[in-house]
Amino acid sequence: MSFINYAAREINVKIVFYGPGLCGKTTNLQYIYEKSNPQQKGKLISLATETDRTLFFDFLPLDLGSVRGFKTRFHLYTVPGQVFYDASRRLILKGVDGVVFVADSQEARTDANIESLRNLGENLRENGFDVKTIPYVLQLNKRDLPSAVAVETLYRLLNFKGEPTFEAVATTGIGVFETLKAVAKQVLYELRRR
Amino acid sequence: MSVLEREITRGLWTVDGSLVMYEEEFDRITLLLNRLRIDASAKIVFLVDKNGQQIAGAGEIDQVDTTSLASLTAGNVAATDGLAKLIGEKEFSILFHEGRKDNIHISIVGQRLILVVIFDERSSLGLVRLRVRKASADLERVLVEMERKAREAGASDVASPFAEITDEDIDALFSE
Repeated sequence: MSFINYAAREINVKIVFYGPGLCGKTTNLQYIYEKSNPQQKGKLISLATETDRTLFFDFLPLDLGSVRGFKTRFHLYTVPGQVFYDASRRLILKGVDGVVFVADSQEARTDANIESLRNLGENLRENGFDVKTIPYVLQLNKRDLPSAVAVETLYRLLNFKGEPTFEAVATTGIGVFETLKAVAKQVLYELRRR
Repeated sequence: MSVLEREITRGLWTVDGSLVMYEEEFDRITLLLNRLRIDASAKIVFLVDKNGQQIAGAGEIDQVDTTSLASLTAGNVAATDGLAKLIGEKEFSILFHEGRKDNIHISIVGQRLILVVIFDERSSLGLVRLRVRKASADLERVLVEMERKAREAGASDVASPFAEITDEDIDALFSE
């Protein structure tokens, strides 16, 4: 849930990057971290295993500037993608304002994408949210790989409400900021709507 | 069940479920945190919400990365809550981490907020626990007040700063 602090004149919102294991959620955050101005960003925290798999979450606080005199602070989180970390995923969705679903474009990960999307719907519901109404963006990652499934096919499989969809190569940054902007915009529009 | 717990259970924290804080409550909370810091001989005292947003702090807060601390504290509490539920407990209301020099005492206030106290050898766990208990009750009272105000503001439809935000305002955020 957003936190509007009139005393500090800032608004804090929480964005969660969701998706199957090894789809590039952490890579998205790492790219955003690398490319943001030092004064805009806080520390990138990664709670990962020794083999660099996300164990609990990654966290990156990011200042996007001011709107109407209020500083907008985005707290970006990733979830652990591996199936057996479901309890942790559910916890991280608590109080979420917007979700980015990072899909792995490789053909072999088709089922994993679908399962993760289903799991997102379920875990959002557990936290009192509806995947159909929450600010939401789809990112088709790993577009550079030869085994990537056609965009139209993935769109048909994964896009379920006409949400903004972006092709990305998170390792080189293609589509990363476009995705972030799209979800941030939706969250701000949602705040206006309230 | 405290007054605050009842209010939260009824889902009346704010109109839309998000947390809104005004200057007056911020000052009152900061005052309470400062008093707790002195009474407990602590280095740092701060208040975080369960989603990891830092609300207010007192003491040597410029010595630590409080944004990260807030997020990790919330993660810690969330994981511990998960553990509690697994074994059939409602929650573990106090967490304590003992270090070589510094220690962290974490407790839940009014179900929704987390009070963090960082202290060293100049204080003790017993003293911190004692002072935290008193401060928690005071904090709860302010929170109930905050909640009531937010509800009234909601009723009279006090606009959020974002109510009149334009597409240009949002685009401008990303123009750099």
